[in-house]
Parts: sequence; structure tokens; C-alpha cells
Amino acid sequence: MADHENSHATPQSGPELSASHHDEIAHVTPVRLLLGVWGALMVLTVITVAVTTIDFGPRVNLVIAMAIATIKAGLVVTYFMHLRWDRPFNTLVFLGSLLFVSLFISMTLFDKSEYEPDIDEMYLLKGQ
Amino acid sequence: MAQSTAEQLPHHAPDGDGHAHDAAHAEHPFLAHHFDTPKHQFESGKLGIWLFLVTEVLFFGGLFCAYAIYRSLHPEIFVYAHYYLDTFWGAVNTGVLIVSSLTAAWAVRNAQLGEQKKLITNIIVTIALACCFLCVKYVEYSHKFHEHILPGRHFNPTHEAWELESYKKTHGEHAGAHGEEATAHDAAGDTHAAPAEAAPAAPGAPDAQGATAEAKKPPPGALARPRHVSVFFSIYFFMTGLHGVHVVAGIITWLWILRRAVRGEFGPQYFGAVDYAALYWHLVDLIWIYLFPLLYLIH
Repeated sequence: MADHENSHATPQSGPELSASHHDEIAHVTPVRLLLGVWGALMVLTVITVAVTTIDFGPRVNLVIAMAIATIKAGLVVTYFMHLRWDRPFNTLVFLGSLLFVSLFISMTLFDKSEYEPDIDEMYLLKGQ
Repeated sequence: MAQSTAEQLPHHAPDGDGHAHDAAHAEHPFLAHHFDTPKHQFESGKLGIWLFLVTEVLFFGGLFCAYAIYRSLHPEIFVYAHYYLDTFWGAVNTGVLIVSSLTAAWAVRNAQLGEQKKLITNIIVTIALACCFLCVKYVEYSHKFHEHILPGRHFNPTHEAWELESYKKTHGEHAGAHGEEATAHDAAGDTHAAPAEAAPAAPGAPDAQGATAEAKKPPPGALARPRHVSVFFSIYFFMTGLHGVHVVAGIITWLWILRRAVRGEFGPQYFGAVDYAALYWHLVDLIWIYLFPLLYLIH
């Protein structure tokens, strides 16, 4: 990856002289890794479309689709968004947002059927 | 630059004294005065963009919440409505965004290594793919507008779901054209249809070309339109619309980055802006990764 070239290269000094160091500003992702992650994402997209043609029951199909989406999201976040090489605090910040979104959705889902009887009654009265 | 000694350089003296601090600022024209070193500046900006992405996740979280509630309460609406969406175009757009994510991540690498020409190429490709995504969305939206597949009380579709190709495909190719054949097809291939949504059996009805906009009675056995299908399209247009606005914002951001890249502003010591734009762009991709199966791949 990063060759140990002169680290004092000025910004415009061309590709040969400006290879980044690990302990410098940030990690440089190798091209092979980028292409590998991209390939995996494309394959997973094909799989997620193909899986819908097989019936596992609506619930299982949804779980499979969400599991594949989450693997894809994990790849994007870990490699493309280079959280793997970042300061762990950034990962913590991001996971915090996921925690609060899941709290938000699950707490709301607990309550979802609360007004359903009223709604059904309303439609009954309207004669629909 | 050339006359600076190693001791004065920021990466050799990260906690530098005042003298090194001044030297760092003299050497790096894009180092803002309140940062000690380029690394300090980069990491501060990075934390800032991650905090912004957190607000974005929470922002979209509200719509995902609406989706979760309606789908868990009324799965039949989602099953019925998904026949109006074209999985092919959804999949194409997923691929387009994934490739653009690759070029965005690559552009960051180019900026870090000072590969000026490749950086510009990758930014242009990213912008082109983003425009491609919007073109596909335009085709999808205009089709829906044309067929009155719209949210709320504007929902007045030209075709019922059982009249659509996507429905016939999964419920027998010639469903409805010939009553007996359709039933036979159905019996053979109906491994995944719920009992209530068998292929339409009434001859003639589905291929009525001059269909009027009034809600039609489904042929016996066909999937009848449930109450409030329009709710799905409210959710669909809001989620994809908000995502589309983010794509437009991404294009504007990339155009700005392109301008700066052409001016030669990025290099190994200063590439933060490219990285932050890419992080935002990856989040837009990330949201689509969830939207695609949730909206297009309903089973």
C-alpha cells in the first residue's frame, strides 16, 4: 500500500512523491479492496432480487431482504466510509444514531394497534 | 515549503509550539487558523460530517417508522401496491448508486495520493451516475403521474393491480386472456400466492384497453384493491422523493468539489472536503440500499 516516500511532499507534487503514510492524515484504501467491496455489493443486490422469486412466507422473505441489506450497509460503512480505520469515536457516534432510530421505531410499533378498534368501528358506522 | 525544516513540520511535532504552528499555517494554505495541523483539521471536520450523517439517519428514521407501522398494520396494501413498481428499474438504480459509491470512494483515494487526473475523472463519473439515477427516477415518476398512481386522494389508477404485467407474470403469463388456461397456469405455478389472490379467471376483463379510471371489480379470484392503497404511495413518494432531494444535493456538492479539484486545491495534506462529500454520498447510497427491498421487493 503506502510506500515510505518523503512525507514532506507538497500537495501538488504528483502521485509518485505523495504516497500517504499510515500514521499520517488518514488511511488510503487500496484499489483492490474498493473493487472487492463493490463486487460483493453487486452480487448481494442480484441475490436479494433473486430471493424474491422463492417463497419462504412473507415474514421470512422480509427478514432475508433486510439481512442482505444490512450486510450491504455494513460493507459500505466499514470500507467505503472507512470506519474500520477511523477513530472509534466516529463509529460510536454512528451506532448511536442507529440505536435511537431502532428505539424510535420499536417504541412506536408497541403502540401501533392501540387505535385500530376505533378505526374499524368508524368504518363500520360509515357502512364501508 | 522547500526551506522548511523537518522539525517545523506538523506531522513531526503534532503538539507543536507557536513557531511550528505558524510554520504549519504558512505551509498549508487550506489549514484554518484554529487548527494546529492538517490532521487535526481533517479529524475535526470528519467528526462534524458524522454528526451531520447522524441527523440524516434520524431524519429518514421518521419515514422508516411510518413505513414499519403501516406495513405491520396493513400488509395487504403493500402486497397490492408493489405490483405498480418496476423491480427492474429499482434494481438498475441500486446498481447505479453502488457504482457511484465506488467512484466516490476511489476519488477520496485519488485525492489522498494527489492523483489529480484520476480524481477529476472519478468525480465526473460520480456526478454522471447520480444524474443517471435521477433520469431513471424521472421515468418512473412520470409513468406514475401519467397513470394517476399518486398519493392520498389523488390515487386513481388507470389499471387495477390485477391488470398489470407484473401481476400477470407472477400469476401465470396469460392470466385472464383465456379463463381455463389461466386457472390451469395458476394451479401449476401458484406456489407463492395467498389463496385470496389467485390469477384473474374472468375472460376479457384484464385486457380491456380503453379502461376507465373508476375502480373496477376484480374478476373472481383476483386480488381486490384493499382500502387505502394510496397510503403506500404517500410513503413511496415521500421516501423516494426525500432520497431524490438528497441525490440532487449530492450532485451540487460534487460539482463544487469538482470545481475545487480542477483548481488543484486537493492533495495529500488537504483532501477533507472530498472525503466528507463521499461520506454524505455513501449515506445516500446506504438509504437506497434499504429503500429498494422495502419498496420494490415486497413479497
